[in-house]
Amino acid sequence: MSMSVHVAWDEGVARELIEERAGLEGAMLPILHALQKKFGYVDARAVAVIAKVLNISRAEVFGTISFYHDFKRQPPMGGTIKLCRAEACQARGAENLAEHLERVHGVKIDGGYRNGVSVETVYCLGNCALGPNALHDGEIFGRLDAQGLEDLYASVARKTGE
Amino acid sequence: MTARVFIPRDAAALSVGANSVAEAISREANARGEAIEIVRTGSRGMLWLEPLVEIETSGRRIAYGPVAARDVPSLFAARLLRGGDHALRLGPTEDLDWMKRQQRLTFSRIGVIDPLSLDDYCARDGLKGLKKALTLSPADVVDQVLQSGLRGRGGAGFPAGIKWKTVQGAQAERKYVVCNADEGDSGTFADRMVMEGDPFMLIEGMAIAAYAVGASKGYIYLRSEYPHAAITMERAIHLAEKAGWIGNDAFGQGKPFHLELRIGAGAYICGEETSLLDSLEGKRGMVRAKPPLPALSGLFGRPTLINNVLTLAAVPFILAEGGNAYADYGMGRSRGTLPIQLGGNILRGGLIERAFGVTLREIIEDFGGGTASGRPVRAVQVGGPLGAYLSEKELDLPLDYETLAANKAMLGHGGIVVFDDTADMAKMARFAFHFCAAESCGKCTPCRVGAVRGEETVGKIIAGRDIEANLALVRDLCEVMTDGSLCAHGGLTPMPVLSAIDRFPEDFAAPAHRTAAE
Repeated sequence: MSMSVHVAWDEGVARELIEERAGLEGAMLPILHALQKKFGYVDARAVAVIAKVLNISRAEVFGTISFYHDFKRQPPMGGTIKLCRAEACQARGAENLAEHLERVHGVKIDGGYRNGVSVETVYCLGNCALGPNALHDGEIFGRLDAQGLEDLYASVARKTGE
Repeated sequence: MTARVFIPRDAAALSVGANSVAEAISREANARGEAIEIVRTGSRGMLWLEPLVEIETSGRRIAYGPVAARDVPSLFAARLLRGGDHALRLGPTEDLDWMKRQQRLTFSRIGVIDPLSLDDYCARDGLKGLKKALTLSPADVVDQVLQSGLRGRGGAGFPAGIKWKTVQGAQAERKYVVCNADEGDSGTFADRMVMEGDPFMLIEGMAIAAYAVGASKGYIYLRSEYPHAAITMERAIHLAEKAGWIGNDAFGQGKPFHLELRIGAGAYICGEETSLLDSLEGKRGMVRAKPPLPALSGLFGRPTLINNVLTLAAVPFILAEGGNAYADYGMGRSRGTLPIQLGGNILRGGLIERAFGVTLREIIEDFGGGTASGRPVRAVQVGGPLGAYLSEKELDLPLDYETLAANKAMLGHGGIVVFDDTADMAKMARFAFHFCAAESCGKCTPCRVGAVRGEETVGKIIAGRDIEANLALVRDLCEVMTDGSLCAHGGLTPMPVLSAIDRFPEDFAAPAHRTAAE
């Protein structure tokens, strides 16, 4: 799978994405996913448009966006690695990997971008017999050791730098 | 003759390089001028052997694994396509101990067929259940589910037939069937394997459910952390629609059943059924107070049947073979089979489908072969992040809803996570609170505030401050959370916490007296 490509915020494009989905039952999540897929995040300027099209308050729209871990409110500044830190991966040494990454690369997990990479905590990728696991750009990386995670980190950083 | 080679495209297999193995095999066969057909399947569930490659020869499949791309030339040199001998050759797949010892009712096709082939599906008993159901009245379909003794596999273990009957009896113009595919519990992956390995079975189960309760619309609410399942499920729905299994005239006489996949957005709490419904409605995933039951007033206020993936996936077998055939398996009030997911620090992890009543020891020692680290088993968490930590002494407990409940534990979604003797159970207790706080919907105070205070207080215990007083405080807090939380998220977080304190008290002692290996 290639790296997702996002476009800059464009209200016309956003409105189109929103209106296309407005007829769905419970259209909000499909709309937010579509916006994030297109732009890499949900721009604050989308809130009023969604509210108007769905005939709900802006507070309801904002409340929904802010509730879910997945929806970003800032444009991405690089690639994201989601590192599983749930129990099954902990039992296979995920915390040591997290510490290693913080120590060797100065990465702050859940602390934003560094070297064009954001490493975020995720709880369970459903690969609990083959952990520790990470998710990057729709691909799961299993049986990670320190070297494997470093390689993944370096490849994401490289992709961003290009 | 074209040789058939089977390679999983299950996310677990992909995570350890199944695609590069498939490419290497294709390349090598080309170079040697050998004609092959590569079939991408789900996973057999022997995850420690992934990527597992199977060759069909004289009607049997021979397994090789774990195969890396670099092994491919030597495998071909050893006449892989004829099942030739090699260090990675495991023998006929069906004869492997792991497979032979199972009772696969739900997982019978998974790892065997191409998940998106309607022909493969129908050739192996697919659609038999739905066809049978459509010859029965909706009430008789519900009776079969009642007779099977099937209980909700999502964790609560509520009798599925009773839920179905309630929705069936509700009067409304529009009803819904919702599949809870928000499999967020650490240590569970059976739902994912069903959706990636046999998606038509889930669609068939949902269609039967819709026919039985009188629903015209179905939703599968799938977590966003499962991108591969989303792709397979989306394609399967499209194919089933094209084939007319679902759609405008799904059940004849113009009775429609439309099915749609919806993707969550990283909120664990949306696995709780009422929170899931709010999320489907496009809102924050806040838990609702019950009553009203979703069966009477669920999605958009309409009667809604909401079941877990494994519950719905068990239904085609029950209709095809009869409720009694399913009820023949199991023990006590836990009837049928349970897809058990074995993970964490385990030598041979994977998916095991067995009748209820199998012991933890048989799963962990016989199937699993003990820890991956080779160190002794110290703790086993059963039933996800809200399940209890059991000690090694309790491994002879049979897996059955009532037995575990009687031992202050729960079966949950059937996930088993193994820890070796380096596990620090005080840290695991603190993590349980941390997870509860991170994923709380925030609606009720015991969960929203209690989780944060709990994490802080266990932190003080770990630091050795006022241990006795703080332990008493944690116990008190756990009582409030158990009794006062709106849903199981806050209500069951005390289970891992208290089980860790009660079964591993030495980890909560003053730092100088701790015995756990560092």
